[in-house]
Amino acid sequence: MSENKSFWAKLKSWIDGDEVIINADEYISTRERKDKVIGENMLGEKHAPAEKLRANSTLYRVLSVGITVCFIVVMLGVVMDLPMFGDPGSITNNEVAARYLEKGIEETGAINFVAGMILDYRAFDTFGESNVLFMAVVAVLMLLQRDKKNVSAVEDKEMAEDEVFDGQDSKIILQKGAKVLAPIVILYGIYVVLNGHLSPGGGFSGGSIIGAGLILFSAANGHKKMQTFFTVKTLTKISVACLLTYCGCKSYSFFTGANHVGWEIPKGTPGDLLSSGFILPLNICVGLVVACTMYGFYALFTKGEI
Amino acid sequence: MSQLLTNYYEAASVILFGIGFMNLLLQNNLIKKFIGLNIMDTATYLFLAAKGYVFGRIAPILTNGIIDAEYYINPIPAGLVLTGIVVSVSVTAFSLALVLRLYKHYGTLNMDEILRMVREEEGE
Amino acid sequence: MEHHHLNLVHNIPFFSIFFAMFCGIITPLIKNGRVARYVHGTMVAIVGVLSAVLLVNVVQNGEAFTFMMGHFPAPWGNELRIGPLEALLAVLISVVMFLTITAGSEQLFKEIVPEKQNFYFIMLNATFGAMLAMTYTNDLFTAYVFIEILTIASCTLILARGTKQAIVGTTHYLVFGCVGSGLFLLGVCILYGITGHLLFPQIKETIAMLMTTGEFHFPLMFVVTLMFVGLGIKSALFPFHSALPTAYGSTMTTSNGILSGLVLKAYIILAIKLCLEVFTLETLVELKIADIMFVLGVLGMVMGSVYAVHEGRMKRMLAYSSVAQIGYIFMGIGLGSVAGMIATIFHVFAHAATKSMLFICCGSFIEDADGKEQLENLKGAAHRNPLAGIAFTVGALSMIGVPLFAGFISKLYFAIAAIEMTGMRMVLVLGALAISMILNAMYFLPSVIAIWSKPKDEFKKTQISPLFAVAMVLFIVVNFVLGIGYRPIVEVMEMGIELMQMVL
Repeated sequence: MSENKSFWAKLKSWIDGDEVIINADEYISTRERKDKVIGENMLGEKHAPAEKLRANSTLYRVLSVGITVCFIVVMLGVVMDLPMFGDPGSITNNEVAARYLEKGIEETGAINFVAGMILDYRAFDTFGESNVLFMAVVAVLMLLQRDKKNVSAVEDKEMAEDEVFDGQDSKIILQKGAKVLAPIVILYGIYVVLNGHLSPGGGFSGGSIIGAGLILFSAANGHKKMQTFFTVKTLTKISVACLLTYCGCKSYSFFTGANHVGWEIPKGTPGDLLSSGFILPLNICVGLVVACTMYGFYALFTKGEI
Repeated sequence: MSQLLTNYYEAASVILFGIGFMNLLLQNNLIKKFIGLNIMDTATYLFLAAKGYVFGRIAPILTNGIIDAEYYINPIPAGLVLTGIVVSVSVTAFSLALVLRLYKHYGTLNMDEILRMVREEEGE
Repeated sequence: MEHHHLNLVHNIPFFSIFFAMFCGIITPLIKNGRVARYVHGTMVAIVGVLSAVLLVNVVQNGEAFTFMMGHFPAPWGNELRIGPLEALLAVLISVVMFLTITAGSEQLFKEIVPEKQNFYFIMLNATFGAMLAMTYTNDLFTAYVFIEILTIASCTLILARGTKQAIVGTTHYLVFGCVGSGLFLLGVCILYGITGHLLFPQIKETIAMLMTTGEFHFPLMFVVTLMFVGLGIKSALFPFHSALPTAYGSTMTTSNGILSGLVLKAYIILAIKLCLEVFTLETLVELKIADIMFVLGVLGMVMGSVYAVHEGRMKRMLAYSSVAQIGYIFMGIGLGSVAGMIATIFHVFAHAATKSMLFICCGSFIEDADGKEQLENLKGAAHRNPLAGIAFTVGALSMIGVPLFAGFISKLYFAIAAIEMTGMRMVLVLGALAISMILNAMYFLPSVIAIWSKPKDEFKKTQISPLFAVAMVLFIVVNFVLGIGYRPIVEVMEMGIELMQMVL
C-alpha cells in the first residue's frame, strides 16, 4: 500500500514530520483503530458538534494563513526600509559598539569582547538569564518529579521494563565508547568554560558540553550508577552555590560601581587565564549551573527523577 | 526590491518567523506547535546576527593585537543572541515538560482532542 | 566629573531586586514550605518598607535618578531609573503581594504536595523580583529577560496544583505568553536595528530625531505595534484573552490573586514606561498606535463584561472581569494624553488592590462549598464566612464604581480625561464607561446577592484564621484609602509622569 501513495502525499507527510517508518500505513491504521475505541468509550454519542467544529476549523485555517501571509508581507516591507546589510555606516555601529571594542580590554580585561560585554558592561541581563535557567529547572522539577499526583500504574510498569532492559542489554559499543569519550567531552567543556574570556565560548557553551558528557555517561552506564554521585541534592547544592556566588559578585560590583566606592577587582594581564576580574569566576558559575541543568533536564525527561 | 536582495538575511529571517508562526497556529500536535515557537525565536536570532555583521570585518575577539573599532564587527547583537538562546532553551524545556505531563494525563498530543476531553469532563 | 556622595537610599531599588532574587535562590535549601513562606513574607515586608522610604525620599526631593548597574554609565552599561511613580508602584506591588500571600497561603499547604511547596515560594520570590525589575529598568533588553522570568514563574504558579486542568490551563497560558514575548523580542531587535541603542533615554532621543527627519517611519510604526501587541497579548488584552479563563479557573486562589492583581499589571507598567520614556505620547498619537490601543481597549471593556455576565462559575467570571479592566487600562493609554495616563495608572492601582481581594474571597467561598464554584452552590457563603463576605462586597462595589471605593476614582478620572477630548472619542469613552458600569453591576450584584442570601440547609461557620482576618481587613482599608484619600496619590503620579516625560 505504501507504494501506491502519491508523491505529493509522501512529500506532505515528510514535511509534516509524520512517521517515516517502513509500512507506516499499516502501523497508522492499527493505531487509529485503537484510538477510536478509546474515543468512543469516552465520547459516547456526542459526535454531533463535530461537523460544526470542522467548518470552524476550515475558517480558522484560512484566517491563520491569511494573517500570517499579511504579516510576512508587512515585515518584508519593513526589511526593505531597514539599513543595508553589512553597511559599516549603519546606525548600530555607533559609539556604544566602538567603546566595547576599543576600551573593552582596558575596562574589563577580557580579550573576547562579547564576554566582556555580557559579563561586565551588561551583566544585569546575564544575571537575569542565569536566573531564567534556574527557574526553568525548578519548573521542570515541579512538573516531572514523581509525586503522589504524578504517578500512574502504566508508567510504573514501563519504568520497571526499562530497568530490566537496561540490565539485560549489553551496550558494549556505547559503554566502551562512552568510557573513552565522556572524559574527553567533559574536559573539552571545562576548557571552553575556563577560556570564555579568551576565546569563543564561555559559561553557556562550555556548560552545555559538560552536560552532554554527563548525559553520555548516564546513557551508557545507567541511571543507577549516575545516582551514586549525582542526585537531586547535588544539583540543588551546586546550582544554589553557583547562583549565590554570581549574585554576590554582581552585587559587589554593582554596589561599588554605582556608588563610586572604588575597590575595583584587579584585571590582571589581558590574555592570561587568570585575568579579567570577575569574568572567569562568573563563567565557571554559569558553566556549572548549565551543566547541571542540562543533565537535570535529561534525567527528569527520561526517568522523572534525578 | 533590490533592497530586499541586499538585506537577504533579514528577509529570510522574517519569512522564517512567519513559517514558525503559521506552524504555531495550524499544527494540532503540541510538540509541533512548540517547534513553531522555536522557529520564531531562532528567526529573531538570525535577524539580530545579521544586524551585527559588517562587510570585511572579523569576529569580536582580539586578533593580532589590533584594538580598533573599524576592525571588528558589532559585538552587541552577538551578546543579545547568547542571552536569547539561553532564555529560549529554558522556555523550550519547560514547554516540553508540560507536553509530557499532558500526554501522561490525556494519552494524546493533539490539542483539539485534549480540549474536547476537558470540555467533556467539565460538562459532567 | 561631578561630585558623587554615597546615598544609601538610592541603592534601595537595586537592593530590592537582588534581595528578592537572593531569597529565590536560597529557597531550594529550605525543605519546609512554612519556613519558605516566612522567608518570602519577611522579604516582601522589608522591600515594602524600604520602597516606602524611597518613595518619601524621592517625593520630598521631587527628583528622579538613574542607578548604574556596574561601573559604566548610560549607553554602555545597564541602568535602573527611579522616580516617584516607580517607587509608588513598588510599594503597591509589595503591599498587594504581602496581603495576598498572607491571606491565601493556607490553601497552598493543602493543595501542593509537601516536597514541592518550597518550589512554589521560589517562583513567588522570582515573580516579585522580576516585577520590581520591570518597574525599575531603564533598558529594553533587561525588560525582555525579566519578562521571560515572569512568564516561566507565573506559569509555574498556575500549574503548582498539579491537576490535569491546571496543566491544560498552563499550556494555554504559556503558548500565549511565548507568542507575546516573541513579538516583543522581534520588536526590540528591529528597534535596535534602527536606533542602535537599548537604553530608554538614548532610544527616545534617536526616535525624536527620526520623527523629525521622517527616516525609518514605517519600521518605527511596525516596531511600536509589535511591542504593544506583544505586551497586549501578555496582559490579556481583549482579542488575545482566551487563555485567561482556562488558566484562572484551574488554579489556586493565591496564584489567581497574584496573576490577575500583579503579573498582568507588570506588563502594563512596562507598556506605560515605554509610552512615557521611550515613545512619547505625541509619537504614539502621530503613528496612530494610540488609536489601535483605544479601539481594542473599548472593545475589551464591553466584551469582557459581556462574557462575564454569561459566565456561571465565579472564578471565570472574575477572570473575564479582569479582561474588561485591562480594556479600561489600554483605553486610557490610547487616549494619548497625560490625563488619560493618570486615569490608567490609578486604575492599575485600584484593580490590583481590588481583584486580588476578590479572588481571595472567592477562593475561600469555593473552599467552603467543597470546590463547587457555580453561583447556586455558593448561596449563603457569606453567612459561613462573614469577613470574606464583607470583603467581597467591598470589592464588588469598587469594581462597579460606587463612590468611596477605589474603582470609582479611576472611572472618575477616565471621565475627566475623556471630557478633555473632542468629538467621537469623548462620546465613545463616556458611552463605553456607562455600558461597562451597567454590565459590571449586572454580574457583580447577583453574586453579592447570592452570597448574602439565606442558605437552604444547615451550615456551620468557617473557622477564620487570624492571618486571613488581618489581611482581609487591611485589603478593605487599602481600598478605602485609594477611594477616599486619593488626592496625594494622584499628585505623586502627576509628579512621576512629569519627570518620566523629561529627558534626564
